[in-house]
Amino acid sequence: MSEPTVPTERPAAGGRATSAPLLGRDPEPTLFELSHPGRRAWSFRTSGVPEVPVDDLVPAAHRREEPAHLAEVSERDLVAHFTRLSARQFSVDLGAYPLGSCTMKYNPKVCDAVAALPGLAGVHPAAPASLTQGWLALLVQLEAVLCEITGMAAATLQPAAGAAGELTGLLLMRAYHEAQGSVRTKVVIPDSAHGTNPASVTLGGYEVVTVPSDARGCVDMAALREVLDGDVAGIMLTNPNTLGLFEEDIAEIAAAVHGVGGLLYYDGANLNAILGVVRPGDMGFDIVHMNLHKTFATPHGGGGPGAGPVAVSERLVPFLPGPRPVVVEDGPGGPRYGWHEPERSIGRMHSWHGNTLVLARALAYILVHGGDGLRRVAEVAVLNANWIRHRLSGTYDVPFDRPCMHETVLSARSLKQATGVRALDVAKRLLEEGFHAPTVYFPLIVDEALMVEPTETESPQTLLALAEAFERIAAEAASDPESLTGAPRHTPVRRVDEARAARSLIPTFDARGGS
Amino acid sequence: MGTYIPHTDDEIEEMLAFLGLTGVEELFAVVPAALRLHQGLTLDDGVGEPDVLAHLGDLADANRARSDRLVCFAGGGAYDHEIPAVTAALAGRSEFVTSYTPYQPEVAQGVLQAVFEFQTLVARLTGLPIANASLYDGASALVEAVNLGVAASGRPTVWASAGIHPHWRQVVTTCAAGTGHRVRTVGLVDGVTAWPADDDGDEPPGVVAVAYPNHLGCLEDLTAVRELCDRTGAVMVVAFDPVASGLLRSPGSFGADVVVGEGQAFGTALGFGGPYLGLFACTGAHVRRLPGRLVGETVDVDGRRAYVTTLRAREQDIRREKATSNVCTNQTLMAVTAAVQLGWLGTSGLAELALRCARATRYTHDLVTAIDGVTPYSSAPFVREFAVRLPVEASVVVERLADEGFLAGIPLDGEYEDGERSLLVAVTERRTRAEIDAYAASLEKAVSR
Repeated sequence: MSEPTVPTERPAAGGRATSAPLLGRDPEPTLFELSHPGRRAWSFRTSGVPEVPVDDLVPAAHRREEPAHLAEVSERDLVAHFTRLSARQFSVDLGAYPLGSCTMKYNPKVCDAVAALPGLAGVHPAAPASLTQGWLALLVQLEAVLCEITGMAAATLQPAAGAAGELTGLLLMRAYHEAQGSVRTKVVIPDSAHGTNPASVTLGGYEVVTVPSDARGCVDMAALREVLDGDVAGIMLTNPNTLGLFEEDIAEIAAAVHGVGGLLYYDGANLNAILGVVRPGDMGFDIVHMNLHKTFATPHGGGGPGAGPVAVSERLVPFLPGPRPVVVEDGPGGPRYGWHEPERSIGRMHSWHGNTLVLARALAYILVHGGDGLRRVAEVAVLNANWIRHRLSGTYDVPFDRPCMHETVLSARSLKQATGVRALDVAKRLLEEGFHAPTVYFPLIVDEALMVEPTETESPQTLLALAEAFERIAAEAASDPESLTGAPRHTPVRRVDEARAARSLIPTFDARGGS
Repeated sequence: MGTYIPHTDDEIEEMLAFLGLTGVEELFAVVPAALRLHQGLTLDDGVGEPDVLAHLGDLADANRARSDRLVCFAGGGAYDHEIPAVTAALAGRSEFVTSYTPYQPEVAQGVLQAVFEFQTLVARLTGLPIANASLYDGASALVEAVNLGVAASGRPTVWASAGIHPHWRQVVTTCAAGTGHRVRTVGLVDGVTAWPADDDGDEPPGVVAVAYPNHLGCLEDLTAVRELCDRTGAVMVVAFDPVASGLLRSPGSFGADVVVGEGQAFGTALGFGGPYLGLFACTGAHVRRLPGRLVGETVDVDGRRAYVTTLRAREQDIRREKATSNVCTNQTLMAVTAAVQLGWLGTSGLAELALRCARATRYTHDLVTAIDGVTPYSSAPFVREFAVRLPVEASVVVERLADEGFLAGIPLDGEYEDGERSLLVAVTERRTRAEIDAYAASLEKAVSR
């Protein structure tokens, strides 16, 4: 027998998914097409409850005349259907997902195990505090660690996602100014902001004032000073911003906004870059939302659930949504927890206490990492992004050529001029290279934007394979542009007709008609 | 400590060298030194996964109100229904769990088709043609319905029945501080909404919102609500119970313009209140104002059936400050879960589920109201939940019954007449006759002490 050998050649890229099997190219039938009258999967507990006739239970005026037609399938067909659907879906567990602004890092399985604990998953949200001390302790602990990470005084865990956090923050801003007897009408946002920011500003009852970015990709200080006046309720900033760049003038921005009596709102979409390095509170922010599904790795679930807690500085604490989980008594037998309504609360923002099982996952993630581990997360996330930026800077345009944070915005502008190939084509071709596409055409201020966020959980081998794929695509754009504009070819479906979807709307199986 | 970072120290050195750097701290040179955390975060160091599981396991054990220890008679928008193994297995598939919003439809047909099926199922349940891909929870769905209704009617006055879950109305009120909507709560008489006369001096409502069944379990007269909306030109919003809809006429059949609901009952754990599932459906007339995502069917370049998010011009990332809603991340995984669960239930299963709930609820109601001093809160018909008045504080009864092994129900909110001495009781298909008999016996003991 020969000696076992240690592979010293280049290891394979763990994040490349080109080996994923794809069986055939037929569409998957819908549940409704799989349906056959009389077939069923359900079974219920034997209850022994008297079988009163339905006529004695529901008055005729309220009773459904015929059952709601859903689908009639066997359990076996149900399992096959959803298993086949899952095989038509890219995911973090399948391969690298460098989707800028979304922080698609690996989602640790231990957090799933936490969320499945019967003592957490089986608790009714209206049960009194005396019967839910463990949940209250968990929420209080999470609030404390989130406040330490962001440098803030207190937090609400109710907002269910980032946009809900934004609206919560804007309503806090409004309540704060009203309590000062101050009527303000405008909120400033940079032109690089996420679309949720202006949409939330409108729902908060404010008018959006946009400030441009300067040549460095940061807030244009002169333009900002121009719009700042006593009508400004505050500014919403993402730092690092959506270009992946740190707003170096943040202290100056904070002083200027505070100078006119405004508040600073921190959009935490990019918090991953600065964990343990610098804190929003220390930068001068008054209100901070976090996206726990980004920074703290709770799975995105195909578009949700998320969780968007909002942390605030001392002066905003009395306005937080209620009820808040708190320690009501700290005696020798350990703390006793309860609910507290802040004196000037803006009110409730969730049906119950927030996306609590998401919150539990995030706490597990934070505890595994600890303070030291979270700092390491930021370091490697920034290292990976800079490595990609540097490696690809000769192949794609780098509109703001300076060190980036956790993500980098490249551009296919020159490529398009030279070959006609667009950022969209690059993205579609990358799918065939076994990677999810980057975010394209965002931020809006960059022409042909390709926003790449590798995250810290992709290995150097995966980064190299991703970079080589980008490079191959650029070379192919020159030699064979049709191979890009026609991509992808081997995915479950190819490019879809989005115009037709909007023009001849088919939002349900029943709207399909004869087609 | 645990870590999910693959890099070795050598690899990090090599990558830094490639960038011309000598240490990781140089990556953060752009961060002004005065702002940086020089001592690191004041958090404990990381620990192993088993340590974390043990800690959170201890917290979980400190919750007495877990459905495997206290037999659950609480509802109020969160119900202890069966979650079959098949739903847990399929909805837990990591392709659904660890994917993002389907921005690249070529590699997201799985989630897109599952959501398309979910939209179809919600449309059929509500009796309306359009359903979106989900909102955060019942409360957020109601907020969005109110926003849509005000925009459509052009009138900012909202008449909200007190029979809508108090928490949902509280969220509507919170959000009205930003939108400027005027929310008028319309009180109940004998458990159902007593709508004001149209000419009571108030400006006509732009939105009329009602729950069916309502928070007290009572069935409201939706025909009267439709007539009220026809007279006033208001948009009719119904917060429905999707399980009860297995027995009840759909809100759409009564003429509702928008239907919202809480979809937790379809395969999602109680989980102390989240993540849940906001259901949202509307008539075709309102589709351009629909909040959140919508999946539509189309074809790919080869003419094959394909799914894609559509009518995107409504959404925040395109329309920005003029968007119909700020929603981006929603509750897709819960929507996929509901599609699986509704597939498992099917046509006959949903009807059977609703019937079993109604029978168990009626059986419990009759036992409980036979107890001396316990009386029905309302004489209105109910199907899956009911309220009773007690001779003692409801919160005391909840504590006493916890010692007997039951989560007795929910003390009614103080805004309702006699709320502190009233208990809201929900009985699902999971409750057996033996459990219900024991519950009623314990309740009798608890109220006569």
